[in-house]
Amino acid sequence: MKFTATWTIALRALRRNPMRTGLTMLGIIIGVAAVIAMVAIGTGAKAEVAASIEQMGQNMVMVISRAARSGRVHLGGDSGVALTKQDYDAIRQEVAGLAGATPEVRASAQVAAGNQNVNTTIYGVSEEYPAVRAWRLERGSHFTETDIRGAAKVAVLGQSVATNLFGGGNPVGQMIRIQHAPYEVIGVLRAKGANMMGRDQDDLVLVPWTSAMVRLTGETSFRSISVQAESAERIPEVVEQITTLLRQRHRIPEGREDDFLIRNMQDMLEMATSTAQTMTILLGAIAGVSLLVGGIGIMNIMLVSVTERTREIGVRMAVGARSADILLQFLVEAVVLSVGGGLFGIGLGYGTAHLVSAKFGWNTLVSLDSVALAFLFSAVIGIFFGFYPARKAAGLDPIEALRYE
Amino acid sequence: MTCPPVIRLEALDKVYQTGEVAVHAVRGVALTVEKGEFAAVMGPSGSGKSTLMNLIGCLDRPTGGRYWLDGEEVGALTKSELSRVRNQRLGFVFQGFNLLARTSALENVELPLLYSPHGHRARELRRRSREALERVGLADRAGHQPSQLSGGQQQRVAIARALVNEPALLLADEPTGNLDTRTSIEIMAIFQELNRKGMTILMVTHEPDIARYCRREIVMRDGRIVTDRPVADRLEAADELAKWRGTAMEERA
Ligand SMILES: Nc1ncnc2c1ncn2[C@@H]1O[C@H](COP(=O)(O)OP(=O)(O)OP(=O)(O)O)[C@@H](O)[C@H]1O
Ligand SMILES: [Mg+2]
Repeated sequence: MKFTATWTIALRALRRNPMRTGLTMLGIIIGVAAVIAMVAIGTGAKAEVAASIEQMGQNMVMVISRAARSGRVHLGGDSGVALTKQDYDAIRQEVAGLAGATPEVRASAQVAAGNQNVNTTIYGVSEEYPAVRAWRLERGSHFTETDIRGAAKVAVLGQSVATNLFGGGNPVGQMIRIQHAPYEVIGVLRAKGANMMGRDQDDLVLVPWTSAMVRLTGETSFRSISVQAESAERIPEVVEQITTLLRQRHRIPEGREDDFLIRNMQDMLEMATSTAQTMTILLGAIAGVSLLVGGIGIMNIMLVSVTERTREIGVRMAVGARSADILLQFLVEAVVLSVGGGLFGIGLGYGTAHLVSAKFGWNTLVSLDSVALAFLFSAVIGIFFGFYPARKAAGLDPIEALRYE
Repeated sequence: MTCPPVIRLEALDKVYQTGEVAVHAVRGVALTVEKGEFAAVMGPSGSGKSTLMNLIGCLDRPTGGRYWLDGEEVGALTKSELSRVRNQRLGFVFQGFNLLARTSALENVELPLLYSPHGHRARELRRRSREALERVGLADRAGHQPSQLSGGQQQRVAIARALVNEPALLLADEPTGNLDTRTSIEIMAIFQELNRKGMTILMVTHEPDIARYCRREIVMRDGRIVTDRPVADRLEAADELAKWRGTAMEERA
């Protein structure tokens, strides 16, 4: 018997019972769609995490003061020494392979322009901040080294602050007041949007760190220092140098822990994406269970239909079907059900992912891998769960099957 | 001796073992049916007629004795070779028609062709099954499903299915058992026509009137053949049908 004949036989048998065929397929359709949509959501989240970390700056290494973090400054033995201006200068002068550096001090403050005022965070940073943090300006310009040295009263606004204070107007050249001191707006940052935690990243004002320390915080130490390595390859070397330098400057004896933390973006990226990867696998596995249930549904229906179709099998054998033909017919029926369901499921999964994107604004990404995997898996399920019922049908005796009531 | 008999049975036995009880359904049957014969198998209920037909039809295996089909010993064949024999050399017609439900007459007739080792093209399948339906006078019902056909029409579809692979032997187990007299004679007319063209037919029937359309009468009792003789007062189905039409016309007149 030719292969086309097997197809004809199996497809006709499925067509004879469209309701049963449709319901059996539904299990696989839902299973495959769930796998595709879940993996799309997971993959999308991973891509979003990666993008937002990359947004923080390329090849960036961040030195964070432990003292500042714990809020305990100079509180005896274990609490570390804060990051000082001298530390910052030493890093800039002695560490090789740096493309830029910026310290960071923060203060919450009220900012006013005309009769508008907003509460926001003031960041004291260096002239290299836009380069290190890969954050370009939309209009105007950033402050210069001269502004830093002179603790100039100039400011660069984040998008949200700009809009809140000036509406649609151009803030560059306008005056604002930070804690009652007048500052000139010299630039506006590009919009960055919300971060992963939903915090508005554009709600800030940048001023020279010198100005911030003198006029706003009154502190003499930095919360953190960010540096940019010349290339990704030089990151380990830069980290090494900074560690040695700071341990030496803070006089940390051998065997004692660092009193600062060094985070590099590469590590953070890997950590965050691997977390997202775990989530993707978890979501996919849960969806996979529903696919498995769909497969068991196929087996169940096929088993019932072998009993129900015993006479039909007898008739087929009486007119010359061999056991192998019956086996193949039932197997092809199962595979058509599962692969057909798989194809519909891929379409439905794709649609669901799109809907989720549109409705919740989540980033989703239907990967070709997950489509191929779901398709292959559904075919395997068809063969696996179709085999037992098919063998049962093929093992029937023609005369017994014909007599079956 | 040019060609071997279509059927040759030697001491054929079939014992059904159901629990403790052994039922001897066929006991040492010897039978020879030559090419072109049209034989009726008669006998009381439970005498082993269906069992014998199923053995000859290669649907069941005997527990003893030997069986040659067209000179080839069937006992030596594998399961899959038996399927091939059923497909290519035998046509089976059942009392209960055994058509596939929710499947058109045409597709029912196509069924044996789909299992044929020759692998016909789709157009060839259509042509041959249409031809078989024409031979039983049902060309205009090709698209109908069994539930949309009368009993006689369903049995004609089943006959077309048995004929479509041009078998050497047609086996029919009470083909008219579920039909009225008139329709039964129509089926006999088809069988007689097939037989005239050279088809060998073996048919089980309960009704002596139906057996009179055959050429040979075999009577069984308790699994044995007790009588085997030519039919003396043979009827022509075509004549009988003409008579029916005559009476119908007289009634109308
Ligand atoms: N599958 C079976 N298992 C056990 N015994 C069986 C089986 N089939 C038939 N028999 C027995 O074999 C004997 C012959 O049965 P068979 O069906 O051949 O009779 P038959 O001549 O066709 O009768 P009828 O005219 O009623 O169709 C009976 O006694 C029956 O009970
Ligand atoms: Mg019987």
